[in-house]
Amino acid sequence: MARTLFDKLWDAHLVRNLSSGEDGDGGTGLIAIDRILLHERTGGIALKALEESGRDVRDPSRVFVTMDHVVDTLPGRGDRTIMPTGTDFILATREAATRAGATLFDIGDPRQGIVHVISPENAIVLPGLTLVCPDSHTCTQGALGALAWGIGSSEAEHALATGTLRVNRPKQMRVTISGDLAEGVTAKDLALYVVARLGSGGGRAHVIEYAGSTIEALPIEARMTLCNMATELAAFTAVIAPDASTAAWLEGRTYAPRGEDWQAALAAWAQLSTDADAVFDREVAIDAADVAPMVSWGTAPQQSAPLAGRVPRLAEPAADAAPTTPEAHGRALVYMDLAEDTALLGLAIDAAFIGSCTNARLPDLRAAAGILAGRKVAAGVRAICVPGSTRVKAEAEAEGLDKVFLAAGFEWREAGCSMCFFSGGESFGEEERVISTTNRNFESRQGPRTRTHLASPATVAASAIAGRIADPRKLEAL
Amino acid sequence: MEPFLTLTSIAAPLIRDNVDTDAIIPSREMKSVSKRGLSAGLFAGWRYTDVDARVPNPEFVLNRPEYAGARILLGGANFGSGSSREHAVWALAEYGFRAVIAAGFSPIFRGNCIRNGVLPIVLDPRPFNEPGHQIEIDLPAQEIRAAGQTWPFDIDEEAKLMLTEGLDPIALTLLDGPMIDAHESADRQSRPWAWSVLSQGEPA
Repeated sequence: MARTLFDKLWDAHLVRNLSSGEDGDGGTGLIAIDRILLHERTGGIALKALEESGRDVRDPSRVFVTMDHVVDTLPGRGDRTIMPTGTDFILATREAATRAGATLFDIGDPRQGIVHVISPENAIVLPGLTLVCPDSHTCTQGALGALAWGIGSSEAEHALATGTLRVNRPKQMRVTISGDLAEGVTAKDLALYVVARLGSGGGRAHVIEYAGSTIEALPIEARMTLCNMATELAAFTAVIAPDASTAAWLEGRTYAPRGEDWQAALAAWAQLSTDADAVFDREVAIDAADVAPMVSWGTAPQQSAPLAGRVPRLAEPAADAAPTTPEAHGRALVYMDLAEDTALLGLAIDAAFIGSCTNARLPDLRAAAGILAGRKVAAGVRAICVPGSTRVKAEAEAEGLDKVFLAAGFEWREAGCSMCFFSGGESFGEEERVISTTNRNFESRQGPRTRTHLASPATVAASAIAGRIADPRKLEAL
Repeated sequence: MEPFLTLTSIAAPLIRDNVDTDAIIPSREMKSVSKRGLSAGLFAGWRYTDVDARVPNPEFVLNRPEYAGARILLGGANFGSGSSREHAVWALAEYGFRAVIAAGFSPIFRGNCIRNGVLPIVLDPRPFNEPGHQIEIDLPAQEIRAAGQTWPFDIDEEAKLMLTEGLDPIALTLLDGPMIDAHESADRQSRPWAWSVLSQGEPA
């Protein structure tokens, strides 16, 4: 019987069926977990709770721990944090990870960084593996052909204790994107377009396979950016079939198979694609030519619109926009201090942020630096760049990108999640308008009452220069 | 975990769509490396006019006297969206909520509810939004009774078993230990590359 990529990943990891599916319910399977990633925000709690229940980690060699969520990103950082009680998380996680015998990428380790950046760059995630992390953006790693999804802390305890998870089998949706993205349109724009079109609940209970010629042409980092925002569709996760680009990108990285094992892995990965006549519960087709640079205007990623467009009118939604409610629409307008029909280009900003598991990899920083070179951040705009990993930071510095950011007036930080979200430490000011390469524009996400506009690294860089939301394709206007 | 069989309570309405986990428990309220002590931060951004001083916002549903002691929360579509933080459910449970009736749930949040003894019910919440009405949830019968009417609801077998028995999922799974061992042994043979790399991790 023809199988999808997801079917193949599921079948290979199915220890046993726990309940059979009926009437649209896919049933539940006991699924073997190949890799468990933890960070200090939720991982320490999982390890501690496991200890308190008197249980051991089944296989510490499959557990990798990093410091990204709570740790400061200011130069000279250590265990002390701006976030009140942040140090407790760092110390507790370090102690629990050490006691458990897990691999720890601690502060100061060259492999430290945002969990969804360091796992791919060290080849901890590989095509065909199952990987979980108590973090909703774990879907990022599906870009490499793994079944990778975000879980809660109790599920992390379960995975640590048993090497398995009890998983409700999701439905399956294929999003096929075909054709060439226009000049200046990035994977982030595509991700925002997909969320605006399918809606915040558009992927609910589904695993999404991204396929098509556009996806095949995307570099691996761009695939990660796209898959990163699958959780903003409420999807179980996203996955992309591994191909020659995936293998080439992984070869030689720390945990990539070597020698004979590499050949065996390549042979296994060659089987990891959806069979020609496999059937999905839902199919969506997108023409890449319809995608323009995007920016969010509201307080959910779904509330995004073409950069050159206007804040949509509730009464006249865009033809391809997901449905919304008057309540959600109105509440977002008030929170963002915007009126319908306002042009998005030209909105004055207070801050610009480049970072996060969505857009803080080397190509993201290169794209931003390409715009910043020879230019200055507008007066009064606070601009911050936080590389996704210590390795990304070192590679960027080897190319001189740090000098470009600093000369333009950006802060150049140590690696971590930083101000993608507010944890009681650093934040942007109340009612400040921030243009950000991150993935969530929820109310108060980046600080109490901050107003976040999501965009690509190029758009954030161009806007930082202009002091207002600006189009990176029109640099002569800056 | 306390088994969930029946629950009779008034219901507090928070019927808006996309109530995300940042709203349920703001990140800044997750101060300790513990599952406990989170209820004071529940809905902090909406519940207080001054979060630091904990000055209650009298307009917010949880601060209104007619909803005091509610153990059922009513939500809109896509309840619990956003971050996977389980703190959202820990905070709800510690505050006293044992059930959420909403038009829909984010899948991670729904799973977190079940693992923590909180019953997520997908139903139109509006019929239950009557101040003062006692609502009876009967999980074994899978129905809600209120004001002389009955509403059936769906829940998958495993979630129902875990909630009604108060079962810890780890204990349940460890009963399958021999099957897990057998699966791993076979996998080491068929995918040696997935295992050999785990000893490769010397510092870069």
